Amino acid sequence: MATTEEIRADLAEITNEVAGTDTAHVQLDKSFIDDLDVDSLSMVEIVVACEEKFGVTIPDEEVKNLKTVGDAVAYIERAQG
Amino acid sequence: MSRTRVVVTGMGTTSPLGGDVASTWEGLLAGRSGVRALTEEWAEDLPVKIAARVAVEPTEVLERVKARRYDRSTQLAMVAAMEAWRDSGLEGAEIDHDRLGVAMASGIGGVNTLLSNYDSLIEKGPRRVSPLAVPMLMPNAPAANISLYVGARAAVNTPVSACASGNEAISLAVDQIRLGRADVVLAGGTEAAIHPLPMAAFANMMALSKNAGDPTTVSRPWDTGRDGFVLGEGAGVLVLESEEHAKARGARIYAEVLGAGITADSHDIAQPDPAGRGGSRAILRALHESDVDAESIVHVNAHATSTPKGDIAEGLMLHATLGAHASEVVVTSTKSMTGHLLGGAGALEAIATVLALSHRTVPPTINLDDLDPEVDLDIATKPRDLPVGDAAALNNSFGFGGANVAVVFGSV
Repeated sequence: MATTEEIRADLAEITNEVAGTDTAHVQLDKSFIDDLDVDSLSMVEIVVACEEKFGVTIPDEEVKNLKTVGDAVAYIERAQG
Repeated sequence: MSRTRVVVTGMGTTSPLGGDVASTWEGLLAGRSGVRALTEEWAEDLPVKIAARVAVEPTEVLERVKARRYDRSTQLAMVAAMEAWRDSGLEGAEIDHDRLGVAMASGIGGVNTLLSNYDSLIEKGPRRVSPLAVPMLMPNAPAANISLYVGARAAVNTPVSACASGNEAISLAVDQIRLGRADVVLAGGTEAAIHPLPMAAFANMMALSKNAGDPTTVSRPWDTGRDGFVLGEGAGVLVLESEEHAKARGARIYAEVLGAGITADSHDIAQPDPAGRGGSRAILRALHESDVDAESIVHVNAHATSTPKGDIAEGLMLHATLGAHASEVVVTSTKSMTGHLLGGAGALEAIATVLALSHRTVPPTINLDDLDPEVDLDIATKPRDLPVGDAAALNNSFGFGGANVAVVFGSV
């Protein structure tokens, strides 16, 4: 099972790839839209990349709840169960 | 009635000969071919295995995150637009952005994005279709992204007329300025269709050359050995501006766009009218709108794509429109070096036409070893000087669907 830090680090790589965000800025308390310059279409790209990377499913209605990096990491941990 | 004069104040390109205007012009004058064997694995199965890729990959120039949100046709358009904008001196200048427009054409649109997303759909399912696919593949994506880059808030258009699209964009931009709807318009065309599907389609309709010899010798307009065009990719952008606006800011002016003519053949969906009647009418209208007589034309950058019928038809058009003067005009086909950029062709060739007028040098047509006896034109096979003094030049583009666009440029 991946640790919280491993998931965060992988998510940081994905966010960098999609939106060019510095990986060091992708911390649990950061908001994708307000802090990391991720727009709504990039967010969809990040979600799909997470599904592929972590082998989870993130339904569209869940995406609006993933406001911060911490939200996303927590969701992925739960989904990996 | 006096009319608004429209001038060229900036130019940018990325082409099979170079990543900017200077290197492209150098390549044209040197008679260098940009046609190469395709090294991609998919090319092995195709009946045509050559094309003219851009000399500089756009991803080497653009920011990575921006580039991945652009179809390749937009990537090329952005490289050209950024150079043209810098070159015009308008970057960072205080101008009325509500009177800044874009007319950026594409013949085919974001075909690479469309087809790569179709591959994802089939291989991985609908979830893997990119949420960016639509804004990337839409034909007006290059125009829209240029608008975002320069802050253009007047009309942002995408004329589509196959291989005449780039020239049509220039004509449309001139109209926008003359109608008083804009002071400055970035105009041009882009194309990035070197992909197995369009290549197979063009080959199957017998449009592409199947010559398997040295790739650099395959595009050979007006030569008896020609058997079709070579697909190229690239983009060209010209900054067009009302003379008044340009002079008020002390801009460098390369040339004037005197006028344009647009007609349709209504003859066949793909074949040109063998007598070139529609093209002739476009040239006559362009001369009329430009208020110049045939004798003022010193140079023609021909559409001449290296197809058996089209190259002959264009020769007939020049004789029908320029009369006896047709044999005194220095004609060239830069497609002999760049291949055929489809929707980008008219724009790249407009840049070549403007530079020919301003440098008084016509770039050569390469690979013309044995002139087709049905063609009676003075074709430059080496760089040729143009006379000094007031001069005008004609840039022709013809497209599938019977589209004909002729644009006349004047020296300044």
